[in-house]
Amino acid sequence: MPYEPLHASRLPPRAGVGFKSEHYADIMETAPDIGFFEVHAENYMGEGGMPHRMLAELSARYALSLHGVGLSIGATRPLDKAHLARLRRLIDRYKPQSFSEHLAWSTHDTGFLNDLLPLPYTPETLARVADHVDEVQQATGRQLLLENPSTYVLFEESSIDEIEFLDAVAERTGCGLLLDVNNVMVSAVNHGLDPLAYIDRFPVARVGEIHLAGYDETVDGAGDRLLIDAHGSRVREDVFALYRHTVGRCGPVATLIEWDNDVPGFAVLYDEARRADDVLAEEAARHPLPRRA
Amino acid sequence: MGHAATEAAFAAALLDPALPPPAGLTTARGAPDAKRFAVYRNNVVVGLRTALATRFRVVERLVGEEFFALMARAYIAGTTPTSPLLFAYGDDLPDFIEGFAPAASVPYLADVARIEAAVTRAYHSKDSEPLGIAQLAALPPETLGDVRLAPHPAATLVRSRFPVGSIWQAHQHEAVAPVSAPGGEAVLVVRPGLEVGVHILPSRDAVFAGALLEGAALGDAAAQALAADESFDFGAALVGLAGLGAFAGTVTIDKGDKDDGHG
Ligand SMILES: [Fe+2]
Repeated sequence: MPYEPLHASRLPPRAGVGFKSEHYADIMETAPDIGFFEVHAENYMGEGGMPHRMLAELSARYALSLHGVGLSIGATRPLDKAHLARLRRLIDRYKPQSFSEHLAWSTHDTGFLNDLLPLPYTPETLARVADHVDEVQQATGRQLLLENPSTYVLFEESSIDEIEFLDAVAERTGCGLLLDVNNVMVSAVNHGLDPLAYIDRFPVARVGEIHLAGYDETVDGAGDRLLIDAHGSRVREDVFALYRHTVGRCGPVATLIEWDNDVPGFAVLYDEARRADDVLAEEAARHPLPRRA
Repeated sequence: MGHAATEAAFAAALLDPALPPPAGLTTARGAPDAKRFAVYRNNVVVGLRTALATRFRVVERLVGEEFFALMARAYIAGTTPTSPLLFAYGDDLPDFIEGFAPAASVPYLADVARIEAAVTRAYHSKDSEPLGIAQLAALPPETLGDVRLAPHPAATLVRSRFPVGSIWQAHQHEAVAPVSAPGGEAVLVVRPGLEVGVHILPSRDAVFAGALLEGAALGDAAAQALAADESFDFGAALVGLAGLGAFAGTVTIDKGDKDDGHG
């Protein structure tokens, strides 16, 4: 029996897509039936111009998910107060239905490294991540969804399992979780784990949003399969199958199609979203009574 | 090893491909794997290079992908972004290009990059109603020479020894028409509304525009422009620049030498 979510996402239980400015005219013209749009917060941190106009128009018509990629929650250094203030301004201005960030780090003394980098899972990092999530939620005045990462390496010093780590952060801070099913597949294959077992152990009651994306595939130095979180293709079939399984456990949860590189025309994203919507609708139909308030 | 040390070693090895992967990494097999760490290295470099190539499309077209990648790599090695606002990354790439010896055979490259850097800045700049022609017309003629116009927040002037505006324009389309413009150009980047505009100024207006955007009073700017080119036409230049959106809607009149009440 699946858990009932403690923190129901305020995004509708539908599929959404990542918003790309090259699709703006198309979206305004055709008003596609899309559950929500997700934007990378950092792209809207300029002072004015077209980005803010687009976000205003978009958020007036659709549910909005604000997804940060620059907060560096998993870093040892203190959070950037100016960046927190910028996030707060965006949240106050556009009132997104969801706000999420990553269990990763990207900023060091050398600057912003523009990648979601991995951290060891230890009591030390757990305490720090929980402090940082607390601080973000205080500064922005709202609940954060923390996303599970895709990783290519493991740390010898890690002593806590990733799911336990995420669950503990959520327990200590009241944050929700963003379950990226493609990241689950990538990390599971890369570290020889069973992706189904990962989903089955995940605290689905805390999940406020799901991510889907396409991975690339290569091999590591020993010739073992190595999946790369590439966000440049359709969702792979094995990830989609894992998604069906996930929705069976979580119930219908807002699901984003992430596509950030070699972005195709809007019709392709829409098509991907419809596939996910079908799964969500089937799951909703299997439970005639509303699963959540 | 505490997390600070792990993180520092990770960051150092990411940015310096001559370093081995940091100690303390492993795999499910129980042995570290350099190819896996290389994925992160690659992500950082490719991500930043893509950010630069997106912003400096014409520069990339002018030198080709391969050369651009080499130049970007050299720039990235010395300049990691200072903030997660990647649209601001590369603000100083034009200066870097100017000093990048392998690019010396393309002497106009840095000024083309200045236009492209200005376009992104204008795209994200503060919204501001530009100075209207009616506001200009309402200025009392007797104090016109003392008027200082505030530059519009989106406005940047790129003055070049090369026809960089024509070069930039020729590379906005798939097929590049040959650039026949002789000599230098002054290019004004503006955003009076939502659209960024890139305009090649009449050459006799370049000194005037430069002086005004640096804060000179109208009288001083006009005198400099006339000294540089006696065909300079004050009214046409001023109305032309204002019409493009070069100035913000605030005007200060510098009465300093008439009634020295403000110190
Ligand atoms: Fe994701």
